[in-house]
Amino acid sequence: MKTAWQPEGYWSLVALQFRKNHVAVLGFIVVFFLLVIAALADFIANDKPLVMRYRHSLYFPVLKQYSVSLGVSRWQPEFQNISFKEFVTANFKAGDWVQFPPIRYSPGEVYLSEVLQRPTAEHWFGTDDVGRDVASRIVHGSRISLYVGFIAVSIYVLIGVFVGALSGFYGGVVDIVLSRFIEIMLSIPTLFLIVTVVAFLPQSLFNIVLVIGITNWPRVARLTRGEFLKSKPLEYVTAARALGASDLRTILRHILPNTLAPVFVAATFGVASAILIESTLSFLGFGVPSTVASWGSILSAARELQPTGWWLAAFPGVAIFLTVTSYNLVGEGLRDASDPRLRG
Amino acid sequence: MRNYFVKRLLLLIPTLLGISIVSFLIIHLLPGDPARVKVEAPERNQLVTEQTLRETRVIYGLDQPLYVQYFRWLKRMVTFDFGESLRDHRPIIEKLKERIPVTFKLSSISLLLAYLISIPLGVYSATRQHATGERIITVVLFAMYSLPNFWVATMAIVYLGGGDFWDVFPVFGLASAGAEHWSWWKRTQDEVWHLILPVACMTYYTLAVLSRYMRAAMLDIIRQDFIRTARAKGLSERVVVYRHALGNSLIPIVTLMGDVLPALIGGSVVIETLFAIPGMGSLSYEAVFTRDYPLLMAIFTLSALLTLLGILVSDFLYTLVDPRIGYENRVAT
Repeated sequence: MKTAWQPEGYWSLVALQFRKNHVAVLGFIVVFFLLVIAALADFIANDKPLVMRYRHSLYFPVLKQYSVSLGVSRWQPEFQNISFKEFVTANFKAGDWVQFPPIRYSPGEVYLSEVLQRPTAEHWFGTDDVGRDVASRIVHGSRISLYVGFIAVSIYVLIGVFVGALSGFYGGVVDIVLSRFIEIMLSIPTLFLIVTVVAFLPQSLFNIVLVIGITNWPRVARLTRGEFLKSKPLEYVTAARALGASDLRTILRHILPNTLAPVFVAATFGVASAILIESTLSFLGFGVPSTVASWGSILSAARELQPTGWWLAAFPGVAIFLTVTSYNLVGEGLRDASDPRLRG
Repeated sequence: MRNYFVKRLLLLIPTLLGISIVSFLIIHLLPGDPARVKVEAPERNQLVTEQTLRETRVIYGLDQPLYVQYFRWLKRMVTFDFGESLRDHRPIIEKLKERIPVTFKLSSISLLLAYLISIPLGVYSATRQHATGERIITVVLFAMYSLPNFWVATMAIVYLGGGDFWDVFPVFGLASAGAEHWSWWKRTQDEVWHLILPVACMTYYTLAVLSRYMRAAMLDIIRQDFIRTARAKGLSERVVVYRHALGNSLIPIVTLMGDVLPALIGGSVVIETLFAIPGMGSLSYEAVFTRDYPLLMAIFTLSALLTLLGILVSDFLYTLVDPRIGYENRVAT
């Protein structure tokens, strides 16, 4: 039975507090919007039509592309290796119709006849030095940024929490040894590790993500360790131990949930900084291969084409800025909302 | 207190050894045969015989077991003998001596500016909360915090220098050509002119970070009971803010000084490369691109050492500026 007053959980209190912060909510909306764009990138920017009617039957080439790349079906012989745009102008007769995505270009599509065009109705954000549509590259680049942000942060939060929890919970020799390890890792310059990895392995997106992951966990470990040190002498931990909870249970069920808020806040800021690191690396030429459309690599290519190609630098720059700002705003909102001292 | 420091310093030894082992292993894991690199001369296009390679290995001790090699390498590192660059065969220590002062000049100016501006800015925005000016400053600082600095630097080079748009600032290096023949005054002017853009691009981010810390710390302090007491005694707002609150709110940004230590020598790869400034940042960039392993190792060892030192300095500053923190119970972090 429902009573008039129900105790609120910690996270619902945080959510309530977060909603009062309009700027943070705005940041959250932008983050959500970016996630939607990344998820639907193929439907927003693609050289294939979303739907078309050709000789009395309906086709869904974008969806078809998915099943073809999964290997479950094959292109119809007449659509194999064709440009749909040329196909439409050449073969369409009365009664046939086609609906292209809002941006009718794929990120890798080269049009040497349309090199370095200013933003127009056709190319919203202009084209680059080999005639690729910048808007399409930015839309698809959002996937790279989010992928880097989320995977890298997940990697380092997992490692960091694990090491930090062990170190803070057990203390003593374990703590001394693990703290040395944290210190060693903190001292290793990021650039150096990246070079090593790039020298070893082929330049790929996942390697970049891995490097960002490996170089950043010590910060989370330090944070978690501090939280564990703070929680350990508290009554609820003693109570859990007195009830006979094992080490693992005490760590996972009792202390960890109470330390998650700061880690979560750090992770949100971490996504922002991972996106920045990736774009900086790509800009410097250590990052993703240049064939991959990432915001950093578009900017890197834009460097030699300034100031005539202002659109090449402006739009990816704005995209990075917007994304990083939104994540920072959300992180800030979360931090304030999860801090009981600031609760008004 | 002394015990804490001594313990902290003693704990540094295993960390240093750990760093040295990690760096040594990294060199050994890197692809390429050092003996071949040593004797092969690509410009003469000669083939190296197995015999020569074997002899070279014996000369340089590369035939010894790994741990022997490690101790020999460690001995050289301790005496700052980094060997010579693969690229131009100059001693690495000489290269470092050239580059470090340049970077140090750039980063110390930038840091000093960042601290000088951020402290009053933080105090202002914390004490005038919700005023229009404060709102604008907070938004601007927030924007600066999220702007990628390689983008800002590129934009600055394109639109404020270089001659294509507004040719206001020089964008190449730290001095004009032929500046060494000029009078002292003119030379200094020229240098300041060259420094403006790179320093601005390096400073704005640090500035944003520091003032946010400063603001948060100040807000935190102002809410505390002793400030209420000070106000209740009838002290003027000025005395409350500057005498009672300011000192306490400096703690976080003072301890941050330790974190910036590596940057003082390490420099900014992005800014130095974009502005063609011959400092440590651009040296690391070159070392990476030319795969100059000995040079990379030297930079690596140096920056690892500095980072470690930075952590140590942070800890010491923390205990120095905040006497409430007990040294006895603190387990070294």
